[in-house]
Amino acid sequence: MSNRYHRMRLISATAVALAGGLFTAGVAAADSVIRWMHVEQVPGNIAVWNQIAKDFEAKHPGVKVELQFLENQAFKAKLPTLLQSNDAPSIFYSWGGGVLKAQSETGTLRPINAALDANGGEWRKSVNASAVDGLTFDGKVWASPFKSGLVSFYYNKELFKKAGVDASKIATWDDFLGAVKALKQAGVTPIAGGGRDKWPLHFYWSYLSMREAGQKGFADAKAGKNDGFAGKPFVKAGERMAELGKLEPFQNGYLGATWNDALATFGDGRAALILSFENTPATQASNSTSRKGLADDNIGRFPFPVVSGGPGVTTDSFGGLNGWVVTKNAPPETEEFLRYMASVDVQKVLARDTQIMPVAKGASEAISKPLLKEVAEALARETWHQNFLDQDLGPNVGAIVNDVSVEVVSGGMKPAAAAQQIEDAYSLERK
Amino acid sequence: MSANAVPSGKTLAVSRRSKRSLANSKWPVLILFLPPALLVFTVLVILPMGEAAWYSFYNWNGYGSPTQWVGWRNYQLIFRNSAFTQALINNGLIVLASLCVQVPLALWLATMISSRIKGALFFRLIFFLPYVLADVAAGMIWRFVYDGDFGLVAGISHFIGVEPPFWLADRDVAMYAILGVVVWKYFGFHMMLFIAGLQAIDKSVLEAADIDGATGFQKFRLVTLPLLGSTVRLSVFFAVVGSLQLFDMIMPLTGGGPSNSTQTMVTFLYNFGVTRMQVGFGSAVGVVLFVICVTLAFSYKRVFMRND
Repeated sequence: MSNRYHRMRLISATAVALAGGLFTAGVAAADSVIRWMHVEQVPGNIAVWNQIAKDFEAKHPGVKVELQFLENQAFKAKLPTLLQSNDAPSIFYSWGGGVLKAQSETGTLRPINAALDANGGEWRKSVNASAVDGLTFDGKVWASPFKSGLVSFYYNKELFKKAGVDASKIATWDDFLGAVKALKQAGVTPIAGGGRDKWPLHFYWSYLSMREAGQKGFADAKAGKNDGFAGKPFVKAGERMAELGKLEPFQNGYLGATWNDALATFGDGRAALILSFENTPATQASNSTSRKGLADDNIGRFPFPVVSGGPGVTTDSFGGLNGWVVTKNAPPETEEFLRYMASVDVQKVLARDTQIMPVAKGASEAISKPLLKEVAEALARETWHQNFLDQDLGPNVGAIVNDVSVEVVSGGMKPAAAAQQIEDAYSLERK
Repeated sequence: MSANAVPSGKTLAVSRRSKRSLANSKWPVLILFLPPALLVFTVLVILPMGEAAWYSFYNWNGYGSPTQWVGWRNYQLIFRNSAFTQALINNGLIVLASLCVQVPLALWLATMISSRIKGALFFRLIFFLPYVLADVAAGMIWRFVYDGDFGLVAGISHFIGVEPPFWLADRDVAMYAILGVVVWKYFGFHMMLFIAGLQAIDKSVLEAADIDGATGFQKFRLVTLPLLGSTVRLSVFFAVVGSLQLFDMIMPLTGGGPSNSTQTMVTFLYNFGVTRMQVGFGSAVGVVLFVICVTLAFSYKRVFMRND
């Protein structure tokens, strides 16, 4: 009896040991698992990504790429704890800017410089330099550039015609204010604005500050030189914004309108202009009351005007810059995967099938829609790419920029006070 | 007779023994049930509260562990922030609206439909319905109602032939528009409390007042209201505590805007602490909110609900 019992125990113990051994052997032989965490929600885009992952796996036996999804807000809330746990993903989505900087300081990330500069800087040379710059802090590149974006003015050609405004003649801020006045006189609401979400209005303040300060002025402000963000160019930007606000250019009730409301206002033809992302032709349609929106050939685009006397130029662009961040303990193949993801061929597929603005040189050829093509060309010519300030300056200062933008344009705050408030908050970040 | 002659010393001994055995029998229960409850309470309530208090002295964005000690700076920043002052004023307004409009309205309606008149049940249901609705849903419904482009208010304005207003986009009006929704949402709950209270009042007292020739209002003021006292005090308590915590209805309505004119303490905590990743500052706001709520709740209970 007792013998049999012992034998049984021995057998089961061996079985467990064997199974365990097999299991570990299996993992070791088969895989490095690259766990890829993202916030993408469009099924079509995820299908494209999955295919990219599969192609990569086929070329790299033993490597597995695993897609993981977290909803946007949940992603932002969970990431701080996730990064410090053993469960950290190998790569995750980033908007760049102050948040990425804060993450880089925790020691949980792995900069990609080595991979970027390997083989005589092959990877680095294949990507737009401004995109790499935008994801660099303290001389280290903290994310692999993935896509870029551009904020510009989109206008309703029909309404412009009705008001007798020629969009191609809008080059300076004064031209722009003139156009707004002409639209108003023609009984057309000039601009669709989303004041409730605030960030849609921070585009104006950001662009105006870029035009007033220029790239150098901006860098100086960040470094705390010339009174930082309380300096002259930033006050002047606020003054110009207030000047626009006095013309009452936005639709009625814009302070309570969300971004989607603003897109609907533009898409329904209830306002002539919107300062918006490169995907506006698509989003104005899906948000409009009819779900069809304005026809593509009724929409025109022009860059944010320059200001007289300011060092900023039309080719200094403002818009998103997204990348993929590698965590410290990610498998060594991770960088190789990201290099593959950023290669011209893959970026062409992404541009064609998911409509992104690619960051790989030469990939924008794959874009076919005229308005998107125009944006891609503008991005190719850009002299400076400034990431959204509510990302770039970090979530706290960014939120203040959003707040004061709304206040200044609606007459609730003086431009100088607004600039001072941004500087006060940013001075704490400089340390 | 002999039973009564039991010596008193013996009775004492018996009662002492029974007391001891009673106490003994309590121990197993205590040992069995107290630790889990204590553990859950400590882990889920005491520790987070302690942690929040600790974080409130740091400048920390949630990444890594807090290292930058800033002392009382976060608290100073809170009380210097005009949006927080506005939030305090708004919380005050909500309490005021609850006490001066909501509770009296609920009491009035309760006295009307607590008697068994025809259709009373139907009205109870109708008035109670908003309370059943989730706060977020109520907020979204009213956002549509107030919308100046497509909402009910817009429809009515067009019908009358005036320019539709955008109440939620107007700094001076938005808070009052929200107060309207708050009263609409919660008066049903208080009404139900009052109906329950009214039904507990002995009918014979009212009948006696009738016989003495009291008028309807006299009966209400001198009989019903005093007998309903504890319910009114409870209702006010709920109204005040609920008002201080108002959040999920404001978010869909205005999100605290425009220009922070509709911020409450909790939306302030969310907008300035959570979304801006200012964990230290947000914790400080949480501590302030906690202190205000606890102070108010305990002093109210001590002063007004002492005998309830």
